[in-house]
Amino acid sequence: MSDKATFEFLCRMGDNTLVLGHRVSEWCGVAPVLEEDIALANTALDLIGQTQMWLGLAGEIEGRGRTADDLAMTRDAWDFRNVLLAEQPNGDFGQTMMRQFLFDAWHLAMLQALTRSCDTRVAEIAAKAVKEVRYHVERSGDTVIGLGDGTEESHRRMQAALDLLWPYVGEMFIPDAVDDAMAEAGIAPDLTELRAGFDSHVGSVMEAATLTIPDTDFAHKGGKSGFRHSEHLGHMLTQMQWLQRAYPGASW
Amino acid sequence: MYAQMVKSTGQGVKSLDEMEPQERAFQERINAGEKIEPKDWMPAGYRKNLIRQIGQHAHSEIVGQLPEGNWITRAPTLERKAILLAKVQDEAGHGLYLYCAAETLGVSRDELTEDLLSGKMKYSSIFNYPTLTWADMGAVGWLVDGAAIMNQVPLQRTSYGPYARAMVRICKEESFHQRQGYDIMMKMAQGTPAQKRMAQDALNRFWYPSLMMFGPSDADSVHSAQSMAWKIKMNTNDELRQKFVDQTVPQAEYLGLTVPDETLEWNDDKGGYDFAEPDWSEFFDVIKGNGPCNVERLAARNKAWDDGKWVREGLLAHAEKRASKKVAAE
Repeated sequence: MSDKATFEFLCRMGDNTLVLGHRVSEWCGVAPVLEEDIALANTALDLIGQTQMWLGLAGEIEGRGRTADDLAMTRDAWDFRNVLLAEQPNGDFGQTMMRQFLFDAWHLAMLQALTRSCDTRVAEIAAKAVKEVRYHVERSGDTVIGLGDGTEESHRRMQAALDLLWPYVGEMFIPDAVDDAMAEAGIAPDLTELRAGFDSHVGSVMEAATLTIPDTDFAHKGGKSGFRHSEHLGHMLTQMQWLQRAYPGASW
Repeated sequence: MYAQMVKSTGQGVKSLDEMEPQERAFQERINAGEKIEPKDWMPAGYRKNLIRQIGQHAHSEIVGQLPEGNWITRAPTLERKAILLAKVQDEAGHGLYLYCAAETLGVSRDELTEDLLSGKMKYSSIFNYPTLTWADMGAVGWLVDGAAIMNQVPLQRTSYGPYARAMVRICKEESFHQRQGYDIMMKMAQGTPAQKRMAQDALNRFWYPSLMMFGPSDADSVHSAQSMAWKIKMNTNDELRQKFVDQTVPQAEYLGLTVPDETLEWNDDKGGYDFAEPDWSEFFDVIKGNGPCNVERLAARNKAWDDGKWVREGLLAHAEKRASKKVAAE
């Protein structure tokens, strides 16, 4: 197992939280109700904090002197390793919360497994993050249930969000060479083993939400490998990275 | 100051002898420094005035998320992004405490929100100015939060208990925000020539609007006299503005930035700076809705509220279904 694979893996973890944290932060000041403004900002804040830890470790392992900020602010889209789900646009509040729940349910299972990583640095980050994510998934799950089983309109919107986002679930569980290397080294779990727990968790939430999981296992891919991101990521990066790119070398 | 030009009864302050016994007892409690609590008797004018003031303050916190939210997605480092997110989250939290304080006076958050969205109630003039560069995040923290603190620290001693207690918590967070803002300015002022230019430009644009936050001189205002007698306003606008200038000018000097006021000069006799008044006609334009961002700010809040309607209705419908299932099960 090479440091390169570990670096890739850590970028996946950190880019997921960076990109999703960015998306969630786009809600600042315009949520449907004040409590949601607070909760969304809180979620984004946790995710950005986790990004600092994952990308910080990635930079250390890479050994080329790149910091978490260097990785976040100066890589181009093809070097990003987040899953496609994380970069999908916010859409309406229902779409944002559905994306959050699907990600959170995977994230929780992943972090729980990572707390048992044979790499203590990975296990420590996971132990810290898992406390936050337990809360994230509880909240996003409750919101999916509340809106799925709310009014006719809220149900319709949540079903549309689930139909739209379901094809992005598979990528989180389909292992590639990097995932295989991590599993073999005992750093990260075998992704396929997380799927059953995810399906049962998501299944019970969708049932309570009176929503129907699409009958397809089709999965878009290309995010975590960096081979083919969506068009959305580049636009996000033009915002996120603008200051660092426009004023290179400045200290902020 | 997040509440500006709040109107009171407009009738001037009565002397104790002119008051009915109940009102006199109320005023004597205030004079003795006692706190008034929600279930206590209070004059209708006191209640109305407080609702306006606390509501305006709450609205300012809510609208105030927008100019800073404008930079969250462009924050230059992960740490700056996290700090800014935490700050905006604090502001939403302040809005929440303040709406709760207002609710103890018998008005609902939804009613206050409707009044904000229709333009009937105001929020601070300062949030109608745009944030154009990253240095503006520094200037807003340093100057805007700095000006707000000048007003809010004395309000921790205000006569209405729930308001005073909300203010204690808010002040702690605001002073942290102000230090963060100053820290951004420091980095910029000590940075590259482009960063210094951004810092000076931010000070140029935010100086006078910050002075306007205290409102026009109220030395002769009957509204202010009544509010001060009720201890829901602790100092005159001019006193607070002077204090702000005296505190801020040395900070600007330390940063190596120039306050955009050629008349600024230390006055030994009064122990404070002489400074130029802001352009009050601009202030009144902003209050009337003609500031650079009034239309956008109100439109953003209205859109958020309208777009969120289905969410609020959905969650409410679900809560009702659960409650009725629970009743059925019992």
